[in-house]
Amino acid sequence: MVRKTHVATTINGEPVEFLCEARQSLLEVLRETLGLTGSKEGCNNGNCGACTVLLDGQPVDSCLVLAVEVEGAQITTIEGLSKDSHLHPIQQCFLEDAALQCGICTPGFIMSAKALLDRDPNPSEHAIRFQLAGNLCRCTGYDKIIRAVQDSAKRMAGQK
Amino acid sequence: MNDFEFQTATTVDEAVSLLAAKGNRARVLTGGTDLIVQLRENLREADLVVDVKKIPELMQYSLTEKGLRLGAGVPCYRIYGDEAICKAYPGLVDSARIIGGWQIQSRASIGGNLCNSSPAADSIPTLIAYDVICHIAGPEGRRTVPVAEFCTAPGQNVLKRGELLTELEFPAAARHSGGAYLRFIPRNEMDIAVVGAGAWVQLDARGEKIERARLALAAVAPTPLFLSDASAALAGKPATEATFKEAAAAASAIAKPINDKRGTVEYRKHLAGVLIERSLVGAVRRARGEKWDPHL
Repeated sequence: MVRKTHVATTINGEPVEFLCEARQSLLEVLRETLGLTGSKEGCNNGNCGACTVLLDGQPVDSCLVLAVEVEGAQITTIEGLSKDSHLHPIQQCFLEDAALQCGICTPGFIMSAKALLDRDPNPSEHAIRFQLAGNLCRCTGYDKIIRAVQDSAKRMAGQK
Repeated sequence: MNDFEFQTATTVDEAVSLLAAKGNRARVLTGGTDLIVQLRENLREADLVVDVKKIPELMQYSLTEKGLRLGAGVPCYRIYGDEAICKAYPGLVDSARIIGGWQIQSRASIGGNLCNSSPAADSIPTLIAYDVICHIAGPEGRRTVPVAEFCTAPGQNVLKRGELLTELEFPAAARHSGGAYLRFIPRNEMDIAVVGAGAWVQLDARGEKIERARLALAAVAPTPLFLSDASAALAGKPATEATFKEAAAAASAIAKPINDKRGTVEYRKHLAGVLIERSLVGAVRRARGEKWDPHL
């Protein structure tokens, strides 16, 4: 029997406690222990960004974080973006701009886009492409994703 | 992934005694962007993983007139997020901005990139060009090692049983000096260097003559290479295209790359010259106070 560690953290604003093995990734615990299956496992080695979550506000690949490391941290996952059954503007723009096809990469792209727009509300196309380079999409060819992020920026500016 | 014991150290002494007790069965965790992948793919094994991110000394940096003291665990995003570091050590920022994508830079540290000791590491030519001193703590006390001597073979370095890299010490950013790092990859971001090149120069007050220079290459030998002869040959030369071309020829000659899926020997030797010339141009322009963007 492998010894488990108790971890207390905050996920999407709610205090959460769980038990995990040292070798388990944050992604594994999110999906399999906590039932937060919005974060996707693509490559499981830090290349594709499908598992992107915000850890203390910074975008990270949750497959490259050990769950035991997040004691006391603030985590935001894709499940934390919508409010009272209203989609976040970035989610809404991804839908309206058809910036997805199979959808596996989408939660990761939306979390990276949120991290970007939190820092830079009006990013250039170059900045969007550079900052989202850690997210891979094999369906869209990226142009629709870039447009959705640009439209998100406009919509979020209009809401302020 | 095999199971292992996980410990969080809060002081350097605590980390050293944990590491010393387990020897080569212990691994240091900073950002985990190399370590977790290696453990998962059984490229490295560990009975104990020691998280050192709660050790204040490793997570701080200070920029003074004496230079930059960079804690070994400071993640890349904090480096390029600091305007004063961007101004004083732009070559370091060139490296920090292209180690993986944003998600990786949120976690990965320059100290970790050095300790992973990949021949293709994007920070090491920069550290060599800036003549960085590595501060190491261990069971026998503290010691320092010049970064050009740190890596000993692919994935291996001078750290002994129980030793921990604590800090990287950059010399003061003198007036009329500048640094730059460039790498070539087949796409725009998120790939491993086919070749990487770092350059640092100190110019005279008129910005016309090179007083001192340091050049380094990645991915052309079993360890990142300091081009000592080519660097020394630049001293006293005019900062002109002819001089840069001489350095490029020397870099191509010294490069001892392998053939692999990223490039042939011939291709990498050619690239080594091209990138040394361009990074030298970048370092000189920055030393003159001009803007230079490695991505344009």
